[in-house]
Amino acid sequence: MIPELGHFTLILALAVAFVQAIIPGMGFLRRRADWMAVAKPAALLQFALVLSAYGILTYSFIVNDFSVLYAANTSNSELPLIYRISGVWGAHEGSLLLWVLILSTWTAILAMQSKKYPVDMSAGVISVLGFISIGFILFSLFTSNPFLRHFPAPVDGGDLNPLLQDPVMAIHPPMLYMGYVGFAIPFAFAIAALVQGKLDTAWARWVRPWALIAWVSLTAGITLGSWWAYYELGWGGWWFWDPVENASFMPWLTGTALIHSLAVTEKRHALRNWTVLLAIISFSLSLLGTFLVRSGVLTSVHAFASDPTRGVFILVFLGLVVGISLGLFAYRAWQLRTITPFSFVSREMALLTNSVFLLIIMLTVLLGTLYPLILEALGGGKISVGPPYFSRVFIPLMIPVVILMAIGPFIRWRQDSVSTLTKQLRLPAILAVIFASVISLLLPGKLNLTAWFALLLAFWVFNSCYTQLKLRLRNTQSLQKGLKRIPRGWYGMIIAHIGIAFTVVGIALSSVYSQEQDVHMVSGDDRTLGDYRFEFVDVERKKGPNYQADVGTIQVYKNDKQLMTLHPEKRIYNVRKNMMTEAAINTNLLRDLYVSLGEQRNTETGAWSVRLYYKPFILWIWLGGFVMILGGLIAVTDKRYRIEVKQENIKLDDKYVATS
Amino acid sequence: MSQPAENETLPQEQKPKLWVYLLPLGLFGVLMIFFFFGLGLNPRLLPSPLIGQPAPDFSLPKLSNPDETIQNVDLTGEVSLLNIWATWCTSCRQEHPVLMKIAESKEVPIHGLYYKDQPALGIEWLNNYGNPYYDNAVDMDGKVGIEWGAYGTPETFVIDQEGIIRYKHVGPISWHDWQTTLLPLINLLKNNNGV
Repeated sequence: MIPELGHFTLILALAVAFVQAIIPGMGFLRRRADWMAVAKPAALLQFALVLSAYGILTYSFIVNDFSVLYAANTSNSELPLIYRISGVWGAHEGSLLLWVLILSTWTAILAMQSKKYPVDMSAGVISVLGFISIGFILFSLFTSNPFLRHFPAPVDGGDLNPLLQDPVMAIHPPMLYMGYVGFAIPFAFAIAALVQGKLDTAWARWVRPWALIAWVSLTAGITLGSWWAYYELGWGGWWFWDPVENASFMPWLTGTALIHSLAVTEKRHALRNWTVLLAIISFSLSLLGTFLVRSGVLTSVHAFASDPTRGVFILVFLGLVVGISLGLFAYRAWQLRTITPFSFVSREMALLTNSVFLLIIMLTVLLGTLYPLILEALGGGKISVGPPYFSRVFIPLMIPVVILMAIGPFIRWRQDSVSTLTKQLRLPAILAVIFASVISLLLPGKLNLTAWFALLLAFWVFNSCYTQLKLRLRNTQSLQKGLKRIPRGWYGMIIAHIGIAFTVVGIALSSVYSQEQDVHMVSGDDRTLGDYRFEFVDVERKKGPNYQADVGTIQVYKNDKQLMTLHPEKRIYNVRKNMMTEAAINTNLLRDLYVSLGEQRNTETGAWSVRLYYKPFILWIWLGGFVMILGGLIAVTDKRYRIEVKQENIKLDDKYVATS
Repeated sequence: MSQPAENETLPQEQKPKLWVYLLPLGLFGVLMIFFFFGLGLNPRLLPSPLIGQPAPDFSLPKLSNPDETIQNVDLTGEVSLLNIWATWCTSCRQEHPVLMKIAESKEVPIHGLYYKDQPALGIEWLNNYGNPYYDNAVDMDGKVGIEWGAYGTPETFVIDQEGIIRYKHVGPISWHDWQTTLLPLINLLKNNNGV
């Protein structure tokens, strides 16, 4: 009975989504306040209904109701409670419902804050979000209903994929979805503004915090996913240019371009059409990501259960949403085109160049991801474009972006002179060369040009951030007052840029100086990587809550002093009989020691295949990600975004203005 | 801060032309066409000339034990599936959980034709991810695959009790394919023999 209630609430949510899309939408077009007033209650009601549907599905997981087909496929009574809750989004049907829940949550938050926006704008935005919600609830109900029952109910469920039984993997999908869905809001603002034909600096100010929140969530989702892949998959890699990873990276790239372009539109009223286009593209790529992951068009190591019939639905939906919005863009942006002049040496130009580069990088990733598909459609064979393509094109394109990060913030709006700029830029650049060279010499291992260059870029960014802080504090009497006067948005930018510098260091140094060995070891064998000697002691069989494990013991020595004992595991889960490697990793800021246990090679001698890795500075990759998140969060709290608008100035059709 | 200068109009010819604004829509249209074909809405299920014919002769070493061989006689006696796969094939990874579920259902034995790949890799792969196969024949040079008319992996054949090929599925089997196409066919073949 309870799952049926969930199913029913979801149907009700669909009905409310129709109301939320159509009535405020008509009000927005006809400028009728009474119809627009429906927006907020409809958004809140839809949120309440979707939340109950989601809550009911979670309840079925918690009480192990395996008559619900979806629960029977993805859960198991032996599963710890936390993974029964996170298991709700462990497969397609539930993660789609989570998508809908996050969309309605964002919409409800926007509706609650509607005082910040003119009443017509918020009605328009909520209406657009309602249309998106209709699409996804229909998708859920018709192709992937999580509430379906099957009789007789099995005694126990098929269990959650053990790969997903991990705390990081439990929060990775919601973060990623918050990012994907978050870009729906800048998108909705863009559509409402195009329909209205009014795109001004206030519009950019309304959109900025939403774009930032989406960007922060997406950054968090990607960082967590990459970290998880590193410690859980047992291959020592952290990014595989897998189609599913690319699907999340592409909206991140255009989202980054969007938050920068929004700054130009807010401060200078320039690049308006470009900003709107980036908002549309970012959300389109989020939808595309959903399509690629769920349709089975591209196959990937992630191997989600995917199904071509679902692909057709998403493809049609994608075509409608993106086609209509790009069509609207072509028509309106062409009408609204204006040119706000800026010179070649100006902040606007630097930010435009940055977003063009990010867009080009996105297109190369898109090409690499879709190339196998395009080739197949044209009648060629099945091929896959591997990491060599991506690293060959990605790195050269990323270098100018990082250099712009060091230079851009110095350049004045509108026009700046090359000579003053060179004067300001000289010192940070020279110091960067010195620092990079010194650190390169101090690093263990041979001198390496790539490592030196990456350090140079990172220090350059860091020094230029520091110099800008000093420039900002130039004319203040007290340090405290000066620091307080700087807007949070600026701090956010500086911190996020430093985060990028961290990630650059992590990527370059770990890929240049890593050492690995893939060996067979028997008790007493040892191997040396860098300064570390790994000694294989033994492997024991142990029992976990819902698995059996072979637990290895490996002693690590440095300069013949015993440093630590590592315990990599090989687990076999009871229900699905999946084999899982749990790598043993010792992390600090300077290096990771990583050991993963392979197969037993020889039962007589007790030889095991073991993978040993020494990875310097790899932690910095994810540390950089977390610093970027921090920067984004600080920028969101800028007080500029809390301004409320005066509703009296909005022209409405007088007849229908509510008299409250 | 001073108000930005708004709408400073320039001569009409300096503004971008309409086609520039239509460019994103055009690119997206091209992309959609590729997706449409990529989804397999085009008829790419080529009928195999082997349907209704006895399975081609072969004799290949077993993956689990190279000293033993598998021949097409081993495919007779009951309805079975023959699945062509390899570890280098990413679509096979996608298909693997479905094969595991089919194997669990015990409806039909799955024979594997391990195609153009190293035996050691295949053994490790099955150990790591689970083994849905009743047994596996190793076709290192791909000759048997050619006899069977395989033009990619994965491909799956339905073979009846007499060893006659009844159906060929190209690409990964989805659970939906299994329930709507393969399982009904298998049940039909089983019943025909029972009469």
